[in-house]
Amino acid sequence: MAINKVVDSFDEAVKDFFDGATVLLGGFGTPGGCPSYLMEALGRHGAKDLTIVCNNVGFGKELMQVVAMFTKAPDWWYDGGQLADNRQVKKAIAAFPVLASPLLVSPFEKQLRASEVEIDIVPQGTLAERIRAAKAGIGAFYCPVGPGTIVEKGKEIKVIDGRKHVLEYPIKADFGLIRAYKADRLGNLIYRGTSRTFNATMAGAAKVTIAEVDEVVELGDLDPESVVTPALYVDRVAVRPEAGRTEIIQKISKEEQLQK
Amino acid sequence: MAEKQKLSRETMAFRVAKEFEDGMVVNLGIGIPTLCANYPSPDKEILYQTENGALNFGPNATPEEADLDLVNAGGQMVTPKPGMALFAHDESFAMIRGGHIDMCVLGVMQVSDKGDLANWLLPERGIGSIGGAMDLAVGAKKLIVVTEHTTKDGKPKIVRKCSYELTAQECVDMIVTDLAVIEVTDKGLVLKEVAPGWTAEEIQELTEPKLIVAPDLKEIELM
Repeated sequence: MAINKVVDSFDEAVKDFFDGATVLLGGFGTPGGCPSYLMEALGRHGAKDLTIVCNNVGFGKELMQVVAMFTKAPDWWYDGGQLADNRQVKKAIAAFPVLASPLLVSPFEKQLRASEVEIDIVPQGTLAERIRAAKAGIGAFYCPVGPGTIVEKGKEIKVIDGRKHVLEYPIKADFGLIRAYKADRLGNLIYRGTSRTFNATMAGAAKVTIAEVDEVVELGDLDPESVVTPALYVDRVAVRPEAGRTEIIQKISKEEQLQK
Repeated sequence: MAEKQKLSRETMAFRVAKEFEDGMVVNLGIGIPTLCANYPSPDKEILYQTENGALNFGPNATPEEADLDLVNAGGQMVTPKPGMALFAHDESFAMIRGGHIDMCVLGVMQVSDKGDLANWLLPERGIGSIGGAMDLAVGAKKLIVVTEHTTKDGKPKIVRKCSYELTAQECVDMIVTDLAVIEVTDKGLVLKEVAPGWTAEEIQELTEPKLIVAPDLKEIELM
């Protein structure tokens, strides 16, 4: 039987989520690169006590409008802040858990101040490498980032070549939600611009990797020289509705500019 | 004597950019560091790296050029450039941690005379975001930090020992402020340049650790 990883809907893509799951969330805190439709489906699913692993926990719906640059925040944008708003998050493992400006207090920061959620703050590169280590089957690694800082607390320190390193372990997750540009039915993926970010790093790092794409193309349409994520790392592919596809987003953005 | 003045954010960025050499790979942090990209002389070819996954990207996008899929580390939309390369986060931090970035420019909350840097956690907020600062501070071949010389209420940001949570130990090579250019050396902090109209003594009064005044101390050139 032909392999086909494409599922019919975002709800189907996340149907086996469970309370207490650990989930990798791709993206870098902006709408591009954010697996918004999958996260919105996770919001509808309602799984709670999640541990989310992400670079930025995010804004939540209200603050998204404040930070949107050039144009309004896209209607489809959905981030970890909204999952926090839904009270689905128990803990975050993140490099950017709160927003840069102390004046912008995200839903997650509010809950953190009220001791309703936990945070494990991780340097961004260490976060990426701990995720990669899970994908690559590495038991642990010594990392030069963190000695003499809050990051070294409770960790083994080893001097290698005269330099202090901390022992870092892989982050093992149940699900990975990622945003890619195009897929084929086997699950090969390409990305667009800087939206590759944590998405390509996370692909294949969790037990189940689910990709959200603009389009599923015929086998052979993705240039094998340019495939970024090979099919074996991907378990499910869901396709965005028209409003979330790059061509439409660009068109709307241009029209808004012309109106100004 | 020249009229006493403090450097603007743009002038600080201009001074930092003089350190960029032809052919360098440079990573710029958020805030004043981002402004530095506006100033290197056009005869230098600089490759800017952004930790969210691009090398050799172009200037910030105009509203017409805006593309959600091309942003810098501050989330600002930028433009593509011939010769640009894109990559994922693990690759990006292999570049950073692996010593492939020639120079990095970061902001500061506190910096010590040993070059310890604190720039991610305001004690009164209690929680902050490390982002990529620790990795960059440890991994870049040369780290320049840029900041106002004192806090808003006049307290030194250049201190004997950082009281804020550290970003990394002994990582800073050069400090550029609105009043001075200071090099971090094995012997201590060397005051190399002062803002027009300022004396070494006046800079010392606003700096906690003892400054070594360079024999060739000069005014910061503003052009």
